Amino acid sequence: MSWTKKDLLGLEYLTKEEIELILDTADSFKEVSTREIKKVPALRGKTAVNLFYEPSTRTRVSFEVAAKRLSADVINIATETSSVRKGETLIDTGRNIQALKADIIIMRHNCSGAANMLARALDISVVNAGDGWHEHPTQALLDIFTLKEKLGKIKGLNITIVGDIAHSRVARSNIWGLTKLGANVTVCAPEMLLPVAIEKTGAKTSSNIDEALKDADAVNVLRMQFERDEGAAFPEQLDYFKRFGITGERLARAKKDIIVMHPGPINRGIEMSSEVADGANSVILEQVTNGIAVRMAVLFLVSQAREIKT
Amino acid sequence: MPLENKTMKEKAKILDKEGVQRAVTRIAHEIIEKNNGIEELCLVGIRNRGVYIAQRIADCINKIESKQVLTGALDITLYRDDLALASGQPLVRKTEIDFDINNKTLVLVDDVLYTGRTIRAALDALIDFGRPKTIQLAVLIDRGHRELPIRADFVGKNIPTSKKESVEVHLLEPDGRDEVVIMEKD
Repeated sequence: MSWTKKDLLGLEYLTKEEIELILDTADSFKEVSTREIKKVPALRGKTAVNLFYEPSTRTRVSFEVAAKRLSADVINIATETSSVRKGETLIDTGRNIQALKADIIIMRHNCSGAANMLARALDISVVNAGDGWHEHPTQALLDIFTLKEKLGKIKGLNITIVGDIAHSRVARSNIWGLTKLGANVTVCAPEMLLPVAIEKTGAKTSSNIDEALKDADAVNVLRMQFERDEGAAFPEQLDYFKRFGITGERLARAKKDIIVMHPGPINRGIEMSSEVADGANSVILEQVTNGIAVRMAVLFLVSQAREIKT
Repeated sequence: MPLENKTMKEKAKILDKEGVQRAVTRIAHEIIEKNNGIEELCLVGIRNRGVYIAQRIADCINKIESKQVLTGALDITLYRDDLALASGQPLVRKTEIDFDINNKTLVLVDDVLYTGRTIRAALDALIDFGRPKTIQLAVLIDRGHRELPIRADFVGKNIPTSKKESVEVHLLEPDGRDEVVIMEKD
C-alpha cells in the first residue's frame, strides 16, 4: 500500500486502505513528539503555507507544530491582512503561493469545496483544514486515531456524534471515515439540525441523546457554534444543555468505559458539563496530542506522493 | 534490504541457518571482548532486519555474561538522504529506544552494509536522541561499494559483490527461514 495523492481533501475520497495507511504512519510519528529533540529532518527544505480564511487557532497551530517537527518552514497567511482584502481570487492567491515555490498549502475556507477547487488548479499539495460544511479530514483522522488507540480497533464499534450535525464538517468527515472502517455511526441532534438524507451516508439518526448513548462505545461531542447563530434553527443554549448536554448523570447510564471526545474549544455547560470534560472518560487533550502525529503523517505522505510523481 | 524480486534469481547461498547463528555468536563474543565486558552497553537495531539481529546478539550476550543488555529499534526513514528521489514510497515505522543513550557504549546493528547511507542516516537519528560515549557498528554482511567514509567494527561475513547483484538476508522472524543469498539479474 502506498500513498499516491498529492492532496488531502476529504475522507470521502479515500479508500479504507488509504485511511489505515495514514493512521499507521501517524502511529510511527507519535514517538517523535516524546523525544527530547522533537524534530526529524523528513521535510527539510520544504515550505508549508497556512492559508486561513476563517479564524482558527488550534488547527492552525497544530499544523504549524506538525510541519515544524518535520523540519519544514512554515508561513502563516491570515487573510484579513492580505491581498484577499483587495479582491484577489482564491485561485490567484494559490498561484502566487505556488510561484513562491512553496510545497504545501494548508487551507481553511468558509466555502464547501474550496480545497477541491484549489487542488485542481495547482500542482503543489493542498491539505484541507476545513471547508465550509463539507469536510475537516484531519480532525476526523485524529478522532479515529484516538479511538483506535483507546479501543484497539474501529470495526464494529458504536460511535455517537452529537451536536449541530447539519453545519458540521467534523461530523461529515467522521461519518465517512468511521463507516469506511466498519463502525456503526449514530448522529444525534435536535430535529432542525439533522441534515436531510443523512441516512444515505450509512449513519443512523436520533434526537434522543439517552437512546443514542445506550450502546455507544464512544461519543464525539461537537461544538454548538452559537456565534454563528442563524436564528430559528438554533435552540436556546440552556434548553440544548438540558436535552443534549453530556452530564455525569447521563454518562452513568451509558457503558462504563464510554469514551468522550470533543474537537474543542468546549462550551462548558452547553455541550457537556465540566465534570465530564475533565472526567475519567474524557480523552479531549489526548486528541490534541494525537492531532500533531496525524498531521505530521498527512504532510509527510502528500509531499512524498508529489516527489514520486514528478 | 531489497524485497524479493521476481526478475532476480539466486546465484549463491552465502550463509545457511547454522552460518547465521555462528556469525551472530561470534559478533556477540567480539563485542564483549572489544569493550572489556558489557558495562553501559546497549544495542540498537535498524529496521527492519537489524532489529532481529540485534535481539539475537543481545540474547547471546545475555547467555555469556548472565546479564541483560538493553536493546532498541531505530527507523531511519525520516533521516534518509534519498527521500526526495523517486524510489517508491518508504513506510515509516516505529522507533523504540526506551532508555537514555547518553554516555552509553552503543552498538548499531544492521543486516547488510553497502553504500553506508543507511548508517549515515542512523547516526544522524541517534545524535537526536543523545550523546553516546561511543557508537560502534555491527553488520551481518559487508558487501563493499561504500559511498561514504563508514566502516563496520563487527562483521559476520565479508562478501565481494558486483553492484548488479543484490544480497538478501532472510531471517526466521519475518521470513520463516535463516539464510543469506546473493541474487543476480535473470
